[in-house]
Parts: sequence; structure tokens; C-alpha cells
Amino acid sequence: MSDNRIRLRRLFKPCRGWVIAVPLLWLTLFFLLPFGIVLKISLSEAAISVPPYSAIFDYGRETLNIVLTFSNYLFLTTDTLYIAAYWGSVKIALLATVLCLLLGYPMAYAMARAPMRWQLVLLLLVMLPSWTSFLIRVYAWMGILSNNGLINNTLIWLGWIDSPIRMLNTNFAVILGIVYAYLPFMVLPLYANLTRLDTSLLEAASDLGSRKLNTFFTVTLPLSKGGIIAGSMLVFIPAVGEYVIPELLGGPNTVMIGKVLWEEFFHNRDWPVASALAMVMLAILIIPIALFHRYQSRELEE
Amino acid sequence: MRKPSFTTVMLIVGLLFLYLPMVILVIYSFNSSRLVTVWAGFSGRWYIELFRDRQILAAVWTSLRIAFFSASMAVCLGTLAAFVMTRFSRFRGKTVLSSMVTAPLVMPEVITGLSLLLLFVHMAQMVGWPADRGMVTIWIAHTTFCSAYVAVVVASRLREVDLSIEEAAMDLGAGPVKTFFHITLPVISPALAAGWLLAFTLSLDDLVIASFVSGPGATTLPMVVFSSVRLGVSPKINALATLIILAVSLATFLAWYFMRRNEAKRRQAMLQDMTAGR
Repeated sequence: MSDNRIRLRRLFKPCRGWVIAVPLLWLTLFFLLPFGIVLKISLSEAAISVPPYSAIFDYGRETLNIVLTFSNYLFLTTDTLYIAAYWGSVKIALLATVLCLLLGYPMAYAMARAPMRWQLVLLLLVMLPSWTSFLIRVYAWMGILSNNGLINNTLIWLGWIDSPIRMLNTNFAVILGIVYAYLPFMVLPLYANLTRLDTSLLEAASDLGSRKLNTFFTVTLPLSKGGIIAGSMLVFIPAVGEYVIPELLGGPNTVMIGKVLWEEFFHNRDWPVASALAMVMLAILIIPIALFHRYQSRELEE
Repeated sequence: MRKPSFTTVMLIVGLLFLYLPMVILVIYSFNSSRLVTVWAGFSGRWYIELFRDRQILAAVWTSLRIAFFSASMAVCLGTLAAFVMTRFSRFRGKTVLSSMVTAPLVMPEVITGLSLLLLFVHMAQMVGWPADRGMVTIWIAHTTFCSAYVAVVVASRLREVDLSIEEAAMDLGAGPVKTFFHITLPVISPALAAGWLLAFTLSLDDLVIASFVSGPGATTLPMVVFSSVRLGVSPKINALATLIILAVSLATFLAWYFMRRNEAKRRQAMLQDMTAGR
């Protein structure tokens, strides 16, 4: 380490504490602490009051009574709706992630191999839809997929079908919606990863007589593992908890946990059960989140 | 002609997949029929109706204000967080901070929304603030998740910046604060602008978190759009969508134009230096 570096550190010392404290405190208060509160409320009982749950801590006769209720978690296991919703969410999110990867990987690969002056334009073209409105992009599919929508009308006009095919309000529409909405988030990390790929490795492989496809599977694919993980997690994790897409494109057969949580909270006003649902969802997602974190922090700090 | 490769074909297919639904949305915003799916002739009446809709206009104004303040605060917090993560050596709490910066990027919105609402309800009980939920609570929620995005954008720029310039400034006697404002800040300013814009669009777009933490006083644009869209397809929403797509495209084009011009200028200067030096 150079002298300068050490001096730089020393000079930063006085304001160092403050610079660290401000973001750390804000995020602790508004991101970390709320999870503790969700945990607490998931262990309380629903009550008809404002707010609609019973207190866990209770000071009575100079003793502190703590009443923890695990009934909310037990309740989740007794009603098959919740288990079906968790399973349904994971299944749909997984399928959508795989499809996103299958479409997004070749896209990112072509972008990374494009002439330099085209790369920025292509990147902006892929990202632009994600800067418009998520809600409106999901809404666009309602007009395309509905029974008297664009696809069905066209097919009937062509005489290929007599009666419309039901596409809106199915799981198919939900998966399509997720792939459509999250595709840019799959392409971005893959592209970032593939542009850094050392092309001399590919040349070496081809000089040694490796076929193109073979080189891809033995050199390119393993080296882009980080991008694949980051992109997949950016799609999979939010998709598991997705509310808007199943609500607008899904049907009665679509049970996803984000929608169930929303209804528990807003329609049934059962805050403790909604909190327990959130806690279990977090437990399911903690490993994917940790995976994503490991990749992302390597990106940030190296 | 050379046969296009498989990946090029996939890129074209992917771009068509991304843009066709949006193009269809724009075309049908000029449809004179109320039935969005049947073409009945060109008309701009839905744009007129859109601008007569007081509820939508009020929601646009609310959303724009929240997005402006959220993006501004998120740039301050996110830049500090990025600076800490890229410039500071290990300290206690660094792992916690970096987790809290990356987790909001993927956290399902229903979880973030629910947890923040419960925090606000708790705070109201314990310290009496916030007494009622509305723009301020949405601002806090948006600032929190947007600052994570800003931190990622700014950190990637900070990693590219040559540390020796900052060191040189300090060698010449500039204090750390002065160095930051005179050297570091100007160098990372494009990233700050990009982070601000990203935070602004994220805040404008958020439905789920805002629905949880909002009160009766504040209705944002996505909430109005969502309640209308839930009932079915409406041409007024198509008109709104067209205007949003137009605004974003224009902003992106301008950003691209300036980036390209700067790039060209830099190349020109470099060429001049090279010819002068010969």
C-alpha cells in the first residue's frame, strides 16, 4: 500500500464516521428494522381494533407479560390455499426465469459481439422499455391476449380458428407477462458480464481446433456464470412475490403468494396472517437473495 | 449476403418482442372507438379526454412531486453509500450496509411495502409520528429503495475513476471535503445524473409499495391507472401510455445524443493532441 493511500485514509478520518452513519442509519431504520416488526406482528393475534392486532408486550401488575402466538404459522399449514400459492409462485417464477434466460442470453451475447458504436444504442433499446411504466407494459398484453383481442381477432379473420382461444386470465399469460416485464433485467447483467469476457480465450480455443459450439459450452458459458446468476435472481426473486401481473393477467386458477398476501392484508384486514405470509416468503427467498448479494457485492467492491 | 447468426436473429426477435406490444398500445390510442380492440378510424379524442380528467391530472402532479423529492434524497444517500463501499477500508457494519444496498434491488415489493407500513404504524403509536400517512411516507419508502439503485450506479462509476487524482489533490493540500466536492463530484456527475433519472422513473412507476404506505390523502398516478385498468381496457390509458413512452424515448434519445457528442469531442481532442505531439 502506498504512502499516499495511507495518508488518504487518515485525512478521511474525521468525517468518516458521519459519512458511514447517514446511509447506515437510514437503511437500518427503514429497511432492516421493519422486518423485525413484521416478525413481531406475525407472532401476535388478529383483533378487531386499530391497528388490527393484539399487543405482544403487556405491562400488568409490575410484570412484563409476553404473549407469542404461533397460530398464524400453523394456520398457513392447515389451509391448502397457502401451500398451493407458495408452490404456484415458485413454479411460475422458475419457468419464467428459464424462458427469460433462454431469450436473454443470446440477446446479450449478440449485443456484446456487436460493433462498438452499436453497443450503446442496443443497450439503450433493451433498457428503454423498463424506464417507461411497468403497469402499462403489463396492461398492453391485456388488449393483445383478450378473447376479442388482437391475436384472437387476427386468427379468426384469417379463418384459422372459429372461436377465440382463451389466453388472458391463464397461467400462460402470467408467465408471458413476467418474461416481458423482466427481460431487460436479465439482459443487463449478462451483457455487462459478456463484454468483459476475454476474447483471446475464444481465439485460443478456436486455434486449438475447438468447434464454435464446443467453445461456447466449455469457455463462454462457465465464464458468464456470474451474469447468469445475477440476471436469474433479478427475475426470479421479484417474480415470486409479484402482485400486479397475476392480478391483471392471471385468472382464477392463478394462485400466487403476492396476490394472496395483498388480499389477506387489504380485503381481510388480517395483518398477522399477512405478516406470517411475508416471513415465510422471505425464508424461501433468503438463499436466492444471499446468492444475488454475493455476486453483487463482488461487483461493487472489487 | 452473409447469413445472420443465431444470436443476431434472437436479438432482433427479442427487440420485436419488447417493442411490438408498445407500438400496438400507441396505435390504439388514436382509435376513435371505445372498444380498444376494434379499429374505427383515427381520432385524438382520448388525449382530449385525458387532459380533462381532473383525477388523473392531480395524480400526475402528486407523483411528479414525490418522484422529484425521492430521487433527490436517494442520490444523496446512495452516493454516500457508494462512496463508503468503494473508498473505505473494512469497518464494522460494512457487510450489513452492503447487504442493505443490494437486498432492496430484488426484494419483492409486497414484502417491502408491508414491512414499511407496519413500521409507520408502530412509529405512530410509539412517538406519534407519522400521524397520518401520505406523501411523506411514500417519499421515505421510495427514497429507501431508490437509494439502493443509485448506490449501484454510482459505485460502478467510482470504481472506474482513477484514485490517483484524488490523492494528488490531497498531496497539494486539499482537505477530504474539498477534494470530494472539487475532484470526485465533478468526475462522477454523469453517474449522479443517471442515478437521479433512474430513481425518478422508479418512483413514478411504483404501485405496490405506494399502495401499502399511502393514506387517503395521497393518490399517485399508478394507483389511478391500476384501478382503471382492473376494470378492463380503456383508451384513455392508451393515450397516457403513449405520452409516457414518448417522454421516456425523448429523454433517452437526448441522453444518447449528448453521450455520443462528448465521446466525439474527446476523440477529437485526443487526435489533436496526437498530431500536435508528433
